Amino acid sequence: MNALLELEHLDIAYRTPAGVRRVVHDVSFAVQPGEVVALVGESGSGKTTTSSAVLGLLPSGGRIESGAVRLSGIDLAGWNDRRLESVRGARIGYIPQDPVSSLNPVRPIGAQLADVFRIHRRGDRRAVRGRVLELLERVGLDDPALRAKQYPHELSGGMRQRVLIANAIALGPELVIADEPTSALDVTVQRRILDLIDELRREHGTAVLLVTHDLAVAAERAERVVVMQHGRIVEQGTTEAVLDAPAEEYTRRLLADAPGLAEHEFRHPRPPLYLRDADVAAAENPFALVASGLTKTYGLGRGREPFRAVDDVSFRVLRGTTHAIVGESGSGKTTTARIVSRFVAPDAGSVEVGGSEVTSLTGAAKREFRRRVQLVYQNPFASLDPRQTVAEIVAEPLRNFGVGDRRSRAAAAARLIDRVALPAHLATHRPAELSGGQRQRVAIARALALEPELVVLDEAVSALDVTVQARILELLEQLQGALGLSYLFISHDLAVVQRISHSVSVMRHGRIVESGPTEQVFRAPQHEYTRELLAAVPRRPAPTREVFA
Amino acid sequence: MAYLAHRTAQALIVLAIAFTATFVLLQALPGDAILIKFESPELGLSPEQIADIRASYGADVPPLQQFLHTVAGFVQGDFGYSVQYGTPVHELIGSALPDTLALAGLGFVTAVLLAVALAFLSTLAPFGWLRQALRSLPGLLVSVPVFWLGIVLIQVFSFQLRLVPVIGADPVQALILPVLTLAIPISAPLAQILARSIDEVQLAPFVAVVRAKGAGPARVLWRDVARNALLPAVTIAGVLVGELIGGAVVTETVFGRAGIGRLTEQAVANQDVPVLQAIVILAALVFVVVNLAVDLVYPVLDPRLKRKAVAA
Repeated sequence: MNALLELEHLDIAYRTPAGVRRVVHDVSFAVQPGEVVALVGESGSGKTTTSSAVLGLLPSGGRIESGAVRLSGIDLAGWNDRRLESVRGARIGYIPQDPVSSLNPVRPIGAQLADVFRIHRRGDRRAVRGRVLELLERVGLDDPALRAKQYPHELSGGMRQRVLIANAIALGPELVIADEPTSALDVTVQRRILDLIDELRREHGTAVLLVTHDLAVAAERAERVVVMQHGRIVEQGTTEAVLDAPAEEYTRRLLADAPGLAEHEFRHPRPPLYLRDADVAAAENPFALVASGLTKTYGLGRGREPFRAVDDVSFRVLRGTTHAIVGESGSGKTTTARIVSRFVAPDAGSVEVGGSEVTSLTGAAKREFRRRVQLVYQNPFASLDPRQTVAEIVAEPLRNFGVGDRRSRAAAAARLIDRVALPAHLATHRPAELSGGQRQRVAIARALALEPELVVLDEAVSALDVTVQARILELLEQLQGALGLSYLFISHDLAVVQRISHSVSVMRHGRIVESGPTEQVFRAPQHEYTRELLAAVPRRPAPTREVFA
Repeated sequence: MAYLAHRTAQALIVLAIAFTATFVLLQALPGDAILIKFESPELGLSPEQIADIRASYGADVPPLQQFLHTVAGFVQGDFGYSVQYGTPVHELIGSALPDTLALAGLGFVTAVLLAVALAFLSTLAPFGWLRQALRSLPGLLVSVPVFWLGIVLIQVFSFQLRLVPVIGADPVQALILPVLTLAIPISAPLAQILARSIDEVQLAPFVAVVRAKGAGPARVLWRDVARNALLPAVTIAGVLVGELIGGAVVTETVFGRAGIGRLTEQAVANQDVPVLQAIVILAALVFVVVNLAVDLVYPVLDPRLKRKAVAA
């Protein structure tokens, strides 16, 4: 059988003023017609560069140094843009990572979809319009005529990704390159989008090159897996072979770190040391955080129904444990976190931290309260001041509260940097020189500086690759054990929640639909929505089930 | 509609502040137009006669009263009389305005065309070195002074190449060089902003998607990048209208054209307060109207701004 796509000894380099940087080395793999091949790796592994090279869309400075990219036997590697344009869109479709920024914000959906027909001169105006509406309907958008007239910002992320899928399959290409097509989407939306790609693939016999950092997605959807690291292929083979018997250490680590694949024990609340003495336990308030009846409504302007972001939300966090709030975007989980950390005042309800009511605090008392509850944000790239050094960032809370003198603060910063397992020499570096995982460690060290009782982690590991994510979760567990910290862990990722949290609340449309110990909620979900969420988590299909028939 | 009313109110406040500030500054200047005109010994006027003249112009009352008087006049459309010429200010401005409008309007349109052409060419040009050269052109032009540019243009096009006559030119020919002189320094920053903004939009993920559909560079630029890149340029264009006014003063002086710029230059030389006051208000009005127009253009260019503009 002739391969549809064949990469042979592909070398790619970027030419920069600083010199030539090789990013992809000797990459060879093939995609058969109608096959799904997953290209798996962490950021910086060269997987996206490799897939861009197939389309001839390397970022400026990027060049194929040697090797071949064969599409049905014809080598595209030396082709110029003009020749490649006849292939792009017509024979190879492309589904991008982030649906929000991947559609032109100033043109209607329909016009953007029509482009691909116009570019390749398929059909007159009327025929194109008909095809566009058909496509919109085919990818599951209601009222295609209306959608065609709408602008991207009027559609949700999932809907935009459907438009982009329609865009990729419009001309019935033989190959679709999907670059992290669902990383930016909620788990239930992710499932539906992946199902749609699967369905269309089977309908048209399209091959898919699925680029992903999530081995669980690859395991669930692909027939063959190609694992990349540092621009080289580490291992490739059928999904079963690679997952059942990974030959390489790196693949084994990826497998162990993928939260959806590895089997983790559920965490059970273990009373911290000082509470194990029954008498002390009886005397102490066992809860680090008690939130009851939290409600927050936002007005949307005249003539529109006010939006209830948080609706009668109550939960408790046992000292020394992790409570997770899990939900999809728009569920109100972030607003809840902001109420707890007193950045948003609730319309009703109360928050008690360590037994004292904090919602009524204002001015100096509120500022003092900030010592007790600290936040770690999602985006480690935006939450650190780029002009400060790591040591300055970590010591800033101490400086703000006038704790100690310059020397003692520097010593404290050094201790904290060590505590989060960062090498000491990074103290003088600035955030731009750090990797995502290192930055998140800095953010955690900063949160710990004032020895808070409660740390609110708002999607703290969502932006990280699985392996980095796994290391950060280990660090959080270890810090919790050593310091008796309590965590409020906000996440959309059930696999991560299952791994880190002792108890969990599931939020939807501003309400908590189910809560309880993690094991109970995950093993025997009571609410329909919880079951739906759990079913949507990508997992390796059971070996007995034949899913690709 | 509510948005428009809100913006109009804002515009009126800006005008009122501009008016007051001009009045205060002109009052603070030592001497005044009446002294400049009548005090010269050759006229042989006695101090009493000068005082009479001052009284006839209303210059003898306290500044606050003068202020209220002038405001009342402006509100009713009466801008007073030029001290230098003795003619009503609105007549002076009325006769100077058409020439300047033609110059400034054409200058602005030319500037925009130049800027767009430069920005597009510097993105699409076939060779790297050519793109680089076109990229650095605005940086050069932005640092060229208007008066020098005018003189150089006259030298090259009229005296050396003899393409445009200096004397006996018809009205259209007479406009060519002044328009260029006015347009080039304005087009430069516009081209810079536009080129940079095009570069930025070129890196957006949606451009990768469009290219992955097989679109060529010209189509990508024209259909997808241009409109997105235009937003910052439109903002700057609104600000640059202010440059037009200053540019008109120099251009009209260098080319010896009649117009608002020339009128301004003479009014400043003679401290002709009523004329200056009217010109400043006129300039402020143009500025405010242009910026309002810019704000109204945003939602047309970017549909995301539609809802916000309506809600505001």
